[in-house]
Amino acid sequence: MSGGSYYVPATSKWPILGSLALGTMLVGFGMILVHGLNGLMMAAGFVALLTVMGLWFRDVIKESRSGLYDAQMDRSFRQGMAWFIFSEVMFFGAFFGALFYVRTFALPWLDGEGAKGVAALLWPDFTASWPLLDPPGDVSGAREVLSPWQLPLANTLLLVGSSITLTVAHEGLKEGLRQTTRNWLLVTVLMGFTFIALQGVEYYEAYHHYGLTLEAGIYGSTFFLLTGFHGAHVIVGATILTVMLLRILRGHFAAQDHFGFEAACWYWHFVDVVWVGLFLFVYVF
Amino acid sequence: MAPKLPLHHPVEQSSTANAGGQAAAHPAPRYGIKRWLLTTNHKEIGSLYLIFSLTMFFIGGTFAMVVRAELFQPGLQLVEPEFFNQMTTMHGLIMVFGAIMPSFVGLANWMIPLQIGAPDMALPRLNNFSFWLLPVAFTLLLSTLLMPGGGPNFGWTFYAPLSTTYAPPSTTFFILSLHIAGISSILGAINIIATVLNLRAPGMRMMDMPLFCWTWLITAFLLIAVMPVLAGAVTMMLMDINFGTSFFNAAGGGDPVLFQHLFWFFGHPEVYIMILPAFGIVSAIIPTFSRKRLFGYASMVYATGAIAILSFMVWAHHMFTVGMPLTAELFFMYTTMLIAVPTGVKVFNWVATMFRGSISFEPPMLFALAFVVQFTIGGFSGLMLAISPADFQYHDTYFVVAHFHYVLVPGALFAILAAAYYWLPKWTGHYPNLRLAQWHFWLSVIGVNLTFFPMHFAGLAGMPRRIPDYALQFADFNLASSLGGFLFGASQLLFVWLIIKCVRGGEKAPAKAWEGAEDLEWSVPSPAPLHTFEHPPTFRHESK
Ligand SMILES: [Cu+2]
Repeated sequence: MSGGSYYVPATSKWPILGSLALGTMLVGFGMILVHGLNGLMMAAGFVALLTVMGLWFRDVIKESRSGLYDAQMDRSFRQGMAWFIFSEVMFFGAFFGALFYVRTFALPWLDGEGAKGVAALLWPDFTASWPLLDPPGDVSGAREVLSPWQLPLANTLLLVGSSITLTVAHEGLKEGLRQTTRNWLLVTVLMGFTFIALQGVEYYEAYHHYGLTLEAGIYGSTFFLLTGFHGAHVIVGATILTVMLLRILRGHFAAQDHFGFEAACWYWHFVDVVWVGLFLFVYVF
Repeated sequence: MAPKLPLHHPVEQSSTANAGGQAAAHPAPRYGIKRWLLTTNHKEIGSLYLIFSLTMFFIGGTFAMVVRAELFQPGLQLVEPEFFNQMTTMHGLIMVFGAIMPSFVGLANWMIPLQIGAPDMALPRLNNFSFWLLPVAFTLLLSTLLMPGGGPNFGWTFYAPLSTTYAPPSTTFFILSLHIAGISSILGAINIIATVLNLRAPGMRMMDMPLFCWTWLITAFLLIAVMPVLAGAVTMMLMDINFGTSFFNAAGGGDPVLFQHLFWFFGHPEVYIMILPAFGIVSAIIPTFSRKRLFGYASMVYATGAIAILSFMVWAHHMFTVGMPLTAELFFMYTTMLIAVPTGVKVFNWVATMFRGSISFEPPMLFALAFVVQFTIGGFSGLMLAISPADFQYHDTYFVVAHFHYVLVPGALFAILAAAYYWLPKWTGHYPNLRLAQWHFWLSVIGVNLTFFPMHFAGLAGMPRRIPDYALQFADFNLASSLGGFLFGASQLLFVWLIIKCVRGGEKAPAKAWEGAEDLEWSVPSPAPLHTFEHPPTFRHESK
């Protein structure tokens, strides 16, 4: 509840420039997809968006460091970040929901299971299985299933491990051990980027050795949707952690007051948890 | 449970810097276009939202007029069937995402900080960002009408494969515009939750808040929970269209019905997103003009929460005819009917609030009363549709169109109009022309019921929705609907005129513009100064 004088920022040009940048980027993306134009517009929008975000966050950091924020402001940021992560959970929830629906209902029904087995009349020879290598219609599936016990397992260890190293870094910050924080944060960032690199290797192998592509029916669709959006979130998370590392190096964050760092941790743990779900339901089961 | 809302002004200004227009600590550029582009002020952003949604209301309304003109008589007269499809689709999309939702966000922006004694929204810059995403999103959406192949033509529910395999090329841009609008909604909702939970005046407990804040809090939760699911669904559409995936393509092992599940998991809570804030508005207006405390405040809060929770468990009532297992038909039928219980609690409480009240019929009250009656009609037709075996008859007929328009136009929209008349004195410092507003009310009531009531009959008789032509037997119903539609559309011009006049001048309103109004917003001057509650007021709840 309201205690002192809550900080209300002056006018800012970042919000409207940010919305224009986002619009430019997405329209540029559409231009590539629909009209086959080059990526110039999209790239310009992307760079503009990054710039605006950088400048916007710079303002926030400045205000924070000049002591304009009180405990109530801190709670607002916490609320904001927590609910943002909840929205991300629901976003991935839609993808996981699609995966479960297809595996539990759509494919068995296509195979004639259930009281309403009319869908089985479409492709009488179809047999349901998961991962689906042999789609019912004229869509050619993947040749082979990815094994969870090679790269994916390594990636799981990397990401779960990085959550632990990040916690060590965070504990260090709380204890005022900035050396510890710096070192373990660096390790975390490196593990994050290694994960992304390994994921790149896996995508290469999927396309070139396993015939697992976006076009390879529902197995390829769900595989790339879930791992792709997760990978994008790891890139964002690792970038945020890199920024945090730079801020640590510049002497930002106090032992008691470092919500920017904490928010980055929340985000990273969220990305980690999503991966565990992915590892279990996309790769193992 | 004892009613906890204080009946008399509960405010103590904690310092000399009171709500009355003291010098702004954070001066905004007060003139020129920049003031509006760069603002972080919740009142200015609220006004932007309201003006934007009014604009979209007229654009979406124009599309509806095209539809009603084509359906004025049987046969194809004015537009090509392809264009007719684009008009029904864009009408729905614009009204849902561009008119109703942003107008509620505008009201939240204006009123929530005033009702809880906060200096602004919790995250003011993010607030401005949320707003400016909307013009970008809707410019893009409207521009699809001019693209080769035309705009979206698959209905506002954009079912696959109509929206994937058989969609016009502009669909990719439609998807991207929905992404932008979705980001705007999510960020706006986050802001509202943070404001309500964190910025209440000292001493104001959750159960002391006006119901509008409560219903918006729960609405914001729904938004954050389901807008990402919509984003996920349209992302899969985008990939099916552009990257050869098979999410909604059975040949690749996917399922077009999956799209419907995802869409309605978003879509059903979405209809509550468009009605819960209306409940909050009506729960403010009816006590004011009945000069009584709201009956059953706590039960209103719990009922809102119950509706929100149930809204996640009913989605497949939109899909009874798609071929679901019997268990699912029954489950979704019963959960849907269960929603009538908390909704009934609300209607009961509104009526009980008026019981033995000293009622007067100013325009806000007229619209709120009409809301209660007309929304209840929409609720009852919803109950009829919830009966799975009966729905096999009603499905995809004009009965469905009648149902959801009763909830959204004489329901949600009337609540928005009620809110506008209720709070215009606070916004502008002037009363709207009450006589003219009465004209607006009666013309709207007649127009809206003449439009949508006959649709029940047309639908029960079997007229399918989304078709530009119809059998001769439906001619009279459609004639009535079209005449009603034109009347309703034209009478909204009166509303614009009223607002312009009210902004420019009119009878001066005091701080407490309505005799029976008791919430915190009536303790600040009319018009509310740019900055209010910069130092939080102390809120005293009545002992006992
Ligand atoms: Cu529904």
